[in-house]
Amino acid sequence: MRTGIIVFPGTWSDRDCAHAVLDVLQEPVRYIDHREQNVDGLELVILPGGFSYGDYLRCGAIARFAPVMEAVADFANRGGLVLGICNGFQILQEARLLPGALLRNASCEFRCEWVHLRVEQSNSAFTLDCRPGQVLRIPISHGEGNFFADAQTLFALERDGQVVLRYCAPDGRVTAESNPNGSLRNIAGISNARGNVVGMMPHPERACEPLLGSEDGLMLFRSAIHALARVAI
Amino acid sequence: MRYRAEIFVTLKPVVNDPAGLTIKGGLYALGFDSVTEVRAGKYLVLTLEEPDAAQARARLDDMARQLLANAVIEDYRIELEPIGDPVAAGERPA
Repeated sequence: MRTGIIVFPGTWSDRDCAHAVLDVLQEPVRYIDHREQNVDGLELVILPGGFSYGDYLRCGAIARFAPVMEAVADFANRGGLVLGICNGFQILQEARLLPGALLRNASCEFRCEWVHLRVEQSNSAFTLDCRPGQVLRIPISHGEGNFFADAQTLFALERDGQVVLRYCAPDGRVTAESNPNGSLRNIAGISNARGNVVGMMPHPERACEPLLGSEDGLMLFRSAIHALARVAI
Repeated sequence: MRYRAEIFVTLKPVVNDPAGLTIKGGLYALGFDSVTEVRAGKYLVLTLEEPDAAQARARLDDMARQLLANAVIEDYRIELEPIGDPVAAGERPA
């Protein structure tokens, strides 16, 4: 799985993502500078977490106009696999590759903790290996992950099966207590209609080895490998 | 012509504003219990050169739509005023 990891000024999770893909999964990785203008030859593009451009104005608002983003949008529209994690999710929304927005956490606090996620949808390229209802344990680390979309958009997301992950209790129940940031309907991750672009606030790259406390994050990357194999057939 | 523009970016009424709620709580703690709502937002000041006010406003609308506000969650309001152009004001440099 030829993987490109976009690096903006202020990105901080690029090396964690590279470690997960290159060292753990043994798949080739290259870093893509934000000033590059093509992502040719790649099969997966990751927009990692961080604070691109200092999160000035709004999270992801400036990154969205980086030279590389036009190529990422073309790649996504051609069906290329794109995973936006945390700040990457915010950037995908600012770029209108995914709907909705991420507001400041309801608590007004930065939350850095393990959460449980219920897989709602196994049709997306990043949840192919999961079964609906499966619970993953993956950490979050953000101050602005409070998912918002207007009523009409929310309705369409639910109807079309684009809600991929929800914050839940360890047993899979979706409860107010398990919602770490005030997200509408406990939404932690969504996909586009085609399922090749996914944005999520939790960090799967930080849950890829037993040493880190969980390997559940690998499911997302392995799913992408299998999604590519499926396309190739 | 040089203009000074003030742009007020606020969350749409339907969007929850945790920062505003927290500020309201702070005001209550200080005894300002007549406050019924606080909405936090952003305030931007720009200066720009444009031929006239209509074009300045059109440019600012473009800027707000493309970058300064996120239409999914925010509204914006623009206030515009001409600033210090001594020639336009009929004055001549000494």
